[in-house]
Amino acid sequence: MKKELKIPLIKNGTVIDHITAGNAVKVLHILGIPISTSSVVSVAMNVKSKFGKKDIVKVENREIDPQEVDKIALISPKATINIIRDYKVAKKHKVELPNEIIGIVSCSNPTCVSNANEPVKSRFKVIEKDPPKIKCYYCEREPEVIADRII
Amino acid sequence: MFVFLIRMQFKGKDIISIKDFTKNEINYILNYAEEMIPYAKGEKYKDILKGRVLSSLFFEPSTRTRLSFESSMNRLGGRVIGFSDPSGTSQKKGESLSDTIRMADSYSDAIVIRHPQEGAARLAAEFADSPILNAGDGAGRHPTQCLLDLFTIRKEKKKIKNTKIVLLGDLKYGRTVHSLSYALALYGANLTFVSPTSLKMPNEVVGECKGLGIEPISTTNLEKAIKDADVLYVTRIQKERFPDAEEYNRVVGSYKINNELLKSAKNDLIIMHPLPRVTEIDPEVDKTHHALYFKQAFNGVPVRMALLSLVMGGRI
Repeated sequence: MKKELKIPLIKNGTVIDHITAGNAVKVLHILGIPISTSSVVSVAMNVKSKFGKKDIVKVENREIDPQEVDKIALISPKATINIIRDYKVAKKHKVELPNEIIGIVSCSNPTCVSNANEPVKSRFKVIEKDPPKIKCYYCEREPEVIADRII
Repeated sequence: MFVFLIRMQFKGKDIISIKDFTKNEINYILNYAEEMIPYAKGEKYKDILKGRVLSSLFFEPSTRTRLSFESSMNRLGGRVIGFSDPSGTSQKKGESLSDTIRMADSYSDAIVIRHPQEGAARLAAEFADSPILNAGDGAGRHPTQCLLDLFTIRKEKKKIKNTKIVLLGDLKYGRTVHSLSYALALYGANLTFVSPTSLKMPNEVVGECKGLGIEPISTTNLEKAIKDADVLYVTRIQKERFPDAEEYNRVVGSYKINNELLKSAKNDLIIMHPLPRVTEIDPEVDKTHHALYFKQAFNGVPVRMALLSLVMGGRI
């Protein structure tokens, strides 16, 4: 039986694969999509794969800088980035958390100074990469559920 | 040469968290604080910080920390500007902390700050060129208290490694006990945490101790814990840190140190407390040789003199 594609192949652009199931919308949010692009974006959620369910995001005609995408390792540490050129994978990159996360996650501590009216962005040090564990640079609190703290 | 290099590292350095320092650096501060004792008592005088100005910004109430910082600066010949109540400042008009810090930075050579928000001192350090000394940020860090506690234990017990130390009281919200547990573990002390179940030491702190090779014991039983203790470090149940008044009423008065309880303690047990105390230590204990909390409060002066001298580059 011929396998049916849930979302179509793209000619040129970026495919973010192996996103933790249910997190595709948060991934788009972290990447500033759709605000940062006018390209066609396709999203598939809860797609069956060898390792259980996953989400997939395809962005047409735009090659997203892998370093920019590394931030999504916070909520999808197994995600991969495929740069597609003429229907072929030209580059493949496995996300890796940077050592510091700035302006993406808010501190879970309501009395942390980063939640006050001060001209600073939230800032976290990454203390473990997979599963991700981060610590607030200001108050040293570690948010328990990072996905809930995405700004 | 090595000591000189450590000393040079302190000039202009922010004192935000005890975790920013190596054990060698902490030892250096404690040794230097020993040298400061006769100057702290007024027996000797050297105006090594003459012409220097310290900003003392206390956005939260304080007695010991503020007074001992001011005393330290005065004893070294420097001057102090600042406030102990933010209601008379532009904060009341909605000025941000970062703007207040920028101003204080331009008026002084170092800034001491106490603030109700965690991370406030770290933020202040981003906006000031002068060194920032954290005098307590909310339920977060209080490194100068931690240093004076280490100083006191080392002075009284001659060592910290393998000393049996019981930390008692509000271990959840108490800011002194978090930094202190980390520092004591760094020195290889033997730790027991005693608290009501709802105020037990956060897992993060226990994890840090374990990471340093120390397995703290957690219990609610003070009578048992006190029997072989060398140091009993008591903290107040802090009403101001409780989000819920009912929770506070449930646990306040859980433990009380009195002479009856101390009958089962070792003769050379010392009792410490960062103060203020409310009801957790009966005043009858003050007259016993166990009570060390007032001497501990004095130790804040030589330790803070050492820090001010180091960060501003003076030397006795």
